[in-house]
Amino acid sequence: MSLREALAAGEYVITAEVGPPKGTDVKEMLHAAAALKGRVHAVNVTDNQSAVVRLSPVVACHMLLERGLEPVLQLTCRDRNRLALQSELLGAASLGIKNVLALTGDHVKLGDHPTAKPVFDLESVQLLKVIGELNAGRDGAGSELLGPADFFAGAVVTPEANPLEPQMAKFEKKVAAGAKFFQTQAIYDLEKFASFMERARAYQVKILAGILLLKSVGMARYLNKNVAGVFVPEPLIEELKGAADPPAKGLEIAARQIRALAGVCDGVHIMAIGAEEEVPEILDLAGLKN
Amino acid sequence: MIAAELKPFKEINESLLPFERVLVVGCGTCTTVCLTGGERQVELLATALRLARKVEGSSLQTKEATVQRQCEPEFAGVLKEAAGGLDAALSLGCGAGVQLVSDVLAPLPVLPALNTSNIGVAKEHALWEERCAACGDCVLGGTAGICPVARCAKGILNGPCGGTNDGRCEIGDAPCAWTLIYERLEAQGRLDDFKRIAPPKDFAAATGPRKLDLREVADEP
Ligand code: SF4
Ligand code: SF4
Repeated sequence: MSLREALAAGEYVITAEVGPPKGTDVKEMLHAAAALKGRVHAVNVTDNQSAVVRLSPVVACHMLLERGLEPVLQLTCRDRNRLALQSELLGAASLGIKNVLALTGDHVKLGDHPTAKPVFDLESVQLLKVIGELNAGRDGAGSELLGPADFFAGAVVTPEANPLEPQMAKFEKKVAAGAKFFQTQAIYDLEKFASFMERARAYQVKILAGILLLKSVGMARYLNKNVAGVFVPEPLIEELKGAADPPAKGLEIAARQIRALAGVCDGVHIMAIGAEEEVPEILDLAGLKN
Repeated sequence: MIAAELKPFKEINESLLPFERVLVVGCGTCTTVCLTGGERQVELLATALRLARKVEGSSLQTKEATVQRQCEPEFAGVLKEAAGGLDAALSLGCGAGVQLVSDVLAPLPVLPALNTSNIGVAKEHALWEERCAACGDCVLGGTAGICPVARCAKGILNGPCGGTNDGRCEIGDAPCAWTLIYERLEAQGRLDDFKRIAPPKDFAAATGPRKLDLREVADEP
């Protein structure tokens, strides 16, 4: 069942993500993908994540597709102008890639080529509009395409952004621009997330809550200090601190959140960052079978 | 106004090594105001360059001239005479000034002493901040008078990116322009302007070489 069908059918949808390698050796990425196969509805493929050069996400999506996984192509506006974005999308569509997550992208200054020219010809909202045009058989300039695309378009939102209102207003624009599903920034405070969901329910979109696997107290503190819109509450940090095996505790916390979120939102997006082979265990702990 | 900062001294000094007699040219408008290219800076820089050359065991002769605006032939024209018998000029004007001086003094080599930084405003004494990127298609009317092109690091048009935190920009030491825009639009009761989806920007309007041609309509000087 495709991601679109699973969400439409009201299943509690699980997505995860893999990052293409910096280099040509795809063994590890495919190993991670193999661990996820059959356990998740779809797998996001990141796009030069954190503005660090990596293998093309379209190519990586194709590799996943060939191995029977359903990819979600993450596409940022940082490295491509509107021609390149459309070209990439048409290429992806022709390969059978159905899902695309429209992102503005981290600034190049945060990555490994900080002196590169940042593009941002479009941003996430405008990219969603262009995807809608391609689906309607036209390009961004209104010219007819030889064969339309059929993308299921998604976007991201930060439910714990500070301040929240500008982000919520942008969320509305993304919905208006054609986003059908959202994968959220990592959330840890389920109460706050529930109040976000109350507002999000006013829109005809599916929401997958971001679950970022905690590995240590240091990581939790780092997130609180450095990552926009991510707040690990103190009790969770205490729980990790008191654990004999913090990584195992992290899995347990993730599983607990996944269980708790069932019924609150439409699914979860698990970001394991290099520990993709642990995802099946998280799902086992959460009581979610194949 | 145009804000420009002094290039590293070493770079300026090295760029002048092939020359022995140099005209050091200040500009009496923007770069005087931003304390990098006025009469006083011309004098200081010329002295420092002569001294550096001496330390290196050779010599440099400098002549100083500051014109009201390097970007207008009317003012820059007088430099022609001042440059007679010299083998290069060093301009402390903005990039536009350097180029007009270069045209006026051709074929004399003209070198830049400043890095032109931005079109900005004086925030407080000795602090200028960028406000306009001369995009050729001004959107300030819908953004509460705060420019997302020049003041958002990504120059995006539909609201804050996900990297903003506590009202700060994802990179660098600056407020998030889109948080400022949202807050001011809200205070003005104009959030509908925020909600409207901005179409892709017309970058043709920002593609050079551009000009402003009012010859048909402007009065004779
Ligand atoms: S929108 Fe363009 S013209 Fe207007 S202030 Fe910004 S950069 Fe300058
Ligand atoms: S944080 Fe704000 S100012 Fe900085 S790039 Fe994002 S939207 Fe632009």
